[in-house]
Amino acid sequence: MSEPLLRVSGLTKHFPVRTGFRATGLVRAVDGLDFAVRPAETLGLVGESGCGKSTTGRLLVRLLEPTAGRIEFAGRDITHAGRRELRPLRQDLQIIFQDPYASLNPRHTVGRIVAMPLRVNGIDPPGGVRRRVQELLELVGLNPEHYNRYPHEFSGGQRQRVGIARALALRPKLIVADEPVSALDVSIQAQVVNLLRDLQRDLGLAFVFIAHDLAVVRHFCQRVAVMYLGRIVEIGDRADIYERPRHPYTRALLSAIPDATRLSPGGRIRLTGDVPTPLDPPSGCRFRTRCPKARDICATEEPALVPRDGSGQSVACHFPEPDGAGDLPGHDGAGDFPEPDGRDAAGTSGAEVTA
Amino acid sequence: MARFLVKRLLSATLTLFAVSVLSFLMFFALPRDPVSGMCPKNCNPERLERVRQELGLRDPLVTQYAGYMKGIVTGRDLGSAQGGRCDAPCLGWSYVTNEAVSDTIARVLPVTLSIVIPAAVLWLLLGVGLGMVSALRRGTWLDRLAIGFSLTGASLQLYFVGAVLLLVFVYHLRLLPVPSYTPLLDNPLKWASGLVLAWVSLAFLFSAIYARLSRAQMLETLSEDFVRTARAKGLTKPRVYGRHALRAAITPVVTIAGLDVGGALGGTVITETTFGIQGLGRTAVDAVRAGDLPTIMATVLIAAVFVVLANVVVDLLYAAIDPRVRLR
Amino acid sequence: MSLSPVEGVALAEIESTGDGPGGSRVVGRSPGQLAWARLRRDRTALVSAAMLVFFLLVALVVPLIEALYGIGPREQFQSRLDGFGMPLGYAGGVTGEHWFGLEPGLGRDIFIRMVHGLRTSLFIAIAAAVITAAIGVVLGTLAGYLGGWLDAVVNWVTDLTLAMPFLIIALALTPTIALRLYGQREEVPPTFQIGVLIAIFALFGWTSTARLVRGQVIALREREFVEAARASGAGLGHMLFRQLLPNLWAPILVSFSLAVPSYITSEAALSFIGVGLTDATPSFGRMIYRSLDYLQTDPAYVFFPGVTIFALVFAFNLFGDALRDALDPKSSR
Repeated sequence: MSEPLLRVSGLTKHFPVRTGFRATGLVRAVDGLDFAVRPAETLGLVGESGCGKSTTGRLLVRLLEPTAGRIEFAGRDITHAGRRELRPLRQDLQIIFQDPYASLNPRHTVGRIVAMPLRVNGIDPPGGVRRRVQELLELVGLNPEHYNRYPHEFSGGQRQRVGIARALALRPKLIVADEPVSALDVSIQAQVVNLLRDLQRDLGLAFVFIAHDLAVVRHFCQRVAVMYLGRIVEIGDRADIYERPRHPYTRALLSAIPDATRLSPGGRIRLTGDVPTPLDPPSGCRFRTRCPKARDICATEEPALVPRDGSGQSVACHFPEPDGAGDLPGHDGAGDFPEPDGRDAAGTSGAEVTA
Repeated sequence: MARFLVKRLLSATLTLFAVSVLSFLMFFALPRDPVSGMCPKNCNPERLERVRQELGLRDPLVTQYAGYMKGIVTGRDLGSAQGGRCDAPCLGWSYVTNEAVSDTIARVLPVTLSIVIPAAVLWLLLGVGLGMVSALRRGTWLDRLAIGFSLTGASLQLYFVGAVLLLVFVYHLRLLPVPSYTPLLDNPLKWASGLVLAWVSLAFLFSAIYARLSRAQMLETLSEDFVRTARAKGLTKPRVYGRHALRAAITPVVTIAGLDVGGALGGTVITETTFGIQGLGRTAVDAVRAGDLPTIMATVLIAAVFVVLANVVVDLLYAAIDPRVRLR
Repeated sequence: MSLSPVEGVALAEIESTGDGPGGSRVVGRSPGQLAWARLRRDRTALVSAAMLVFFLLVALVVPLIEALYGIGPREQFQSRLDGFGMPLGYAGGVTGEHWFGLEPGLGRDIFIRMVHGLRTSLFIAIAAAVITAAIGVVLGTLAGYLGGWLDAVVNWVTDLTLAMPFLIIALALTPTIALRLYGQREEVPPTFQIGVLIAIFALFGWTSTARLVRGQVIALREREFVEAARASGAGLGHMLFRQLLPNLWAPILVSFSLAVPSYITSEAALSFIGVGLTDATPSFGRMIYRSLDYLQTDPAYVFFPGVTIFALVFAFNLFGDALRDALDPKSSR
């Protein structure tokens, strides 16, 4: 097993909330993440909207300043590196954005957009900037002759390809893709995901692939991390996560995919209630307010992300599903812990702790 | 809401304080000797110096400022040369007209109010009405007429319009008396006939801006989803336009109106000069010509008070119209 | 969702080859070129632009016009006035020699004074608009992009200038500055007065541009293309001048084109209340101010400068509006 390219430990981002001059609260957008990405590995980051996955992506490329924790890239600590220190690393670490309409400067030609990372870093590739840009356009399946066109002349899918070409310009080792296809039509999504997969294989890129669409992640990623309210609740290989999910939240998410027939006996797991606000997350386990299995301990003690056996799968739950429990009576047994009671207990103790 | 109000008032006070400091520095620190202007020709230097001492002009600037502000808040003693005791909103003693500045202001303020308030009502009604009509009848001759009117109005000079109106209605047709100010309570008819030309010319120029603004706003609002939804769910046109669209379109108009009315109350210098009416603006001009610092200072402060107050009122109106503002 | 690779490839093929806009035309049209094309199709824009070009040309070749016309701005023609100082003849003394007639009292030629006045007004207005745009853009962009204390200061100063009554302060400041530099008896040169006017306009005017630009920058700052440049390690200079500025041209141009007429108006207003320029420098406001005294006896004297200044401001406003429509086709349509 090779050294990780990217290692994140205890990564935290809190946004202060101000009313007037006083700071009145903290949004705990990301709260202590640990994970690693090896070279040429694809890690999927999934979760509902508002769980902090986009914030994580922006932290990784240092568009945001982490509140705490540590980010190591290629063996170097970049947690608080300044712009100058980051410069050499920028070339290895790039980002693709969600909205292809907002991510391209409307006043620049496509050629200028793709060349921007080269210009900014003062790189003069052999054969000239223009040739390199045209190579890149070709690489992402665009006509290199479109060099002089403006973004408004392209469709959403084509624009996203331009964004990908820009991210590739510096020959990065790792790309953070922040929901790269969720703004596209479903028919175009497949093309872009396939393009990314081809590029990943051909160029040996590592990816942190952020998405809320589990089917896309399953298609693209070797490893998957599931986030809930700023924390990773489960991380593991694709097969483990999709076939042997052990965290109740992962199971609920998977059961919401229409074609995930494998999870049948319990049928669809419906989560009740809303995601709690990250301003004031529940004590102990953050998922307990919606968890069918929550008990007293869940309100008092926060479960750690514990690796189980040798599979590389880790789960943060006091009562994880037993190994290989994809279709075991685990959540049939939800009746053992009548929901009203469990929720009540969790609710009251939670209120006491947080008050 | 109460907290919002308190916060707004605090920041308004801060702005007024800054305006007072700045204008005080600007005017009192500049080398203009009010005393030599006050004194008849054959004043000897010693006497001039004594008067300067008496007026406090030899004191450091900070002391002078503190004295000035104290006068506004609690009143102060100005010394025998300046009418002695000067009560609470004491704005100083005019070197030129030889009266308390607050008396001058009290005399001319009603004049400016009489010009601005009716004119503002007129220009808002006319401007917003025109803008709405042309937005709802977009592309028709009515719309084009309104656009032409507003572009013309926005390009005209008040003194030019005023001159033409004077020429036609006063000098040629003799329908109106020469503009002048009569207190409203003395004779409402004379009050109105003496000021109507000022109202009309102000309204003509200002309503142009409002017609443009409200037309653009209305068009934008009409194309928004909630208006279409309201139409789609079967509400009648007048109801949708009157209740839904107007409310959304009017907010930016309120902002500009606040600034304009506040600014105009601070002295309609041009209007008053054109029509020869002695209001706040004209008083300021005369004070500048005569180098009457306390009066200049007072007019600047009062103008600033009006602008800042108008801003507060606008913010409150805003909060009433658009509940989202209150959350901020 | 379906992730059939076959479908994906097929669509990708179509997307990258076929549906490129314009087919064989390879050079795209920039947003600026599109706006230019729209502007050229707009009849109002063309007419107002022609008017503006005419006014600018007149202002540029004043000495030439003076030479051809054969009369200077300070020449007096007392012989053509009657015993009360009123010009002889019709419409304020309009003749083939004096196109717009003569001033009552001093008997100076109105046409040549207006040509000079046009030059003065345009120079002051354009210079002031350039300076305010420059200050406003720099401070607005920095405040919007950097935020923090700079933003707070710029905002506060903006609020403050809004609260200061412009006319009264300009009125009070202009003579005091002159007094400080030139003393009681010295003659104040016209260039200095013009400089003071420009400085006062700049002092009060930059905040509106700054406010506008700041708002735009704040909206742009959150756009992902700005983040993309930051993620590539771009510095402040690249951010401001390469990424943000190209997106700000539209509002800057529009506010510039509307600032010029407002400064023309303000200059006239200041001269009108008698503080801007002295009588030695011909200017529109000054002429109107003098003319009001003759409203009943010589209306033509009010008419000519009044109509000209209206035409000038009207042309600028029309053009500014057309420019706004061309740059942002969505607004006001």
